[in-house]
Amino acid sequence: MTTLTSMTIAEARDGLAKKSFTSRELTDAHLAAMEAARSLNAFVLETPDQARAMAQAADAKIAKGEAGPLAGIPLGIKDLFATRDVRTTACSKILGNFVPPYESTVTSQLWRDGAVMLGKLNNDEFAMGSSNETSCFGPVVNPWRREGSNTALVPGGSSGGSASAVAALLCMGATATDTGGSIRQPAAFTATVGVKPTYGRCSRWGIVAFASSLDQAGPIARTTRDAAILLRSMAGHDPKDTTSVDIAVPDYEAAIGKSVKGMKIGIPREYRLDGMPAEIEKLWSEGAAWLKAAGAELVEVSLPHTKYALPAYYIVAPAEASSNLARYDGVRYGLREQGRNVIELYENTRASGFGAEVRRRVMIGTYVLSAGYYDAYYIRAQKVRTLIKKDFEDCFAKGVTAILTPATPSAAFGVGEKGGADPVEMYLNDIFTVTVNMAGLPGIAVPAGKDSQGLPLGLQLIGRPFDEETLFSLGEVIEQAAGRFTAPRWW
Amino acid sequence: MSVDATTVRRIAHLARIAVTDAEVPHLQGELNAMLAFVEQLSEVNVDGVEPMTSVTPMEMKKRADVVTDGDIADDILKNAPATEDHFFLVPKVVE
Repeated sequence: MTTLTSMTIAEARDGLAKKSFTSRELTDAHLAAMEAARSLNAFVLETPDQARAMAQAADAKIAKGEAGPLAGIPLGIKDLFATRDVRTTACSKILGNFVPPYESTVTSQLWRDGAVMLGKLNNDEFAMGSSNETSCFGPVVNPWRREGSNTALVPGGSSGGSASAVAALLCMGATATDTGGSIRQPAAFTATVGVKPTYGRCSRWGIVAFASSLDQAGPIARTTRDAAILLRSMAGHDPKDTTSVDIAVPDYEAAIGKSVKGMKIGIPREYRLDGMPAEIEKLWSEGAAWLKAAGAELVEVSLPHTKYALPAYYIVAPAEASSNLARYDGVRYGLREQGRNVIELYENTRASGFGAEVRRRVMIGTYVLSAGYYDAYYIRAQKVRTLIKKDFEDCFAKGVTAILTPATPSAAFGVGEKGGADPVEMYLNDIFTVTVNMAGLPGIAVPAGKDSQGLPLGLQLIGRPFDEETLFSLGEVIEQAAGRFTAPRWW
Repeated sequence: MSVDATTVRRIAHLARIAVTDAEVPHLQGELNAMLAFVEQLSEVNVDGVEPMTSVTPMEMKKRADVVTDGDIADDILKNAPATEDHFFLVPKVVE
């Protein structure tokens, strides 16, 4: 049975237009679902009063025939997006009770189009993590469990709250951000659709910065169509972000259902890792077969520098983070710990306000940028990044339309299972996604199947710059072939 | 390359993060694990390769040198832990 919370955004949009229900009813149903699912820890702040007020305003607009493209649709917002007069923390103690007097460009566009904010979603602290376990609000629980097991699994990260809330039917869609895989990996872990747009497609203004040359905002939704609807509102040129690109935003939804006949799909041989689970391998072949059946042509391609993307990322991203996070000084906003002088004040504030993973990355970033190491580490990593991007350019120059890969090297794992002693164990989660950020390309993760334990697995499609439309067309083919997956409710 | 305890303390100070003596060995281990992981970049031939400075080929946008914002001192100070009038308060900097 389709209930108010199990509908897609496209279905809800039609229902609202036909006056089958109101946004207020839709919003109340989601607020009730959120309350009943607090054990998932997906929301770090619920904003029911604001949600109802926004829903009523949307209903009034719908009644007057002035509905925007997202009128009355209840969404969750990752706590990395600054929301005016609503606490925004990046899930870090150092931001404390920061209440922005401004609104991020991406969220302001969602509200412009009539969407309703249900609350702020959990994420890894400053988006640094692949399991949502580094959040100062504690881990998020994945609505998916292994068959016959009660073990709590992570939803992936850093957009773990977004993925968990969308999968558990707590919101119809969510904003998320992706620096090395933070949209696509959690989407794969929760059987949701996640889109990391081309660098420059969405404005970064008002999003808490992690690594500015890699960060991009994008949607997590339950279908490719819903993701397309959300991206159209989120994307667009913004003079306040100098890296935001001034090209028109297409109607992404029109790409859903478009033929993929004749498209050349690259299968990169370097993504076939030693020791990769047979299930991932099988899923990948199945995905390729579905695209072939839809008329696409499969070609083996080579991206020779793939294995260097993750180590290069772990120089570039911490370097940029150490610079971006210098602003948390205990003086202008957020937490302050006292010191005998201003240097001690900084040191004590940052020691107590940053969690272990953030401290580690800021320190490694400081080291690779420091005198004597800058050339050996940072400049070398940026040169390797040029080579990674060139691999993709060579591939696209040969007429390849998009590239198909697995989204993650495994299904969701247990809370507390990874990265205890060696941080690199956790970093390997992003092995298939991080190349895309390094090259600034668009990527989509689409649910494609389940493993033997009943956990969702996803496939990733990588596109040419600003060709998100092709990714939506191809993603839709996979969605139609694989079907949709909903977590059985236990919470 | 790997870091010793003295280097860990120096990096922490550069990053303005206080570390206790007890934390140093643990941090040293983690930082060395990361440095060991990135070590494989040394096998890539990067001769004649330009370091990436912009991931999308675009010219940096410039705007007219005019005031577009301002008179929001209250907003700017709203989240500060300690203020007086329109100033941030810090411990004494100049003796």
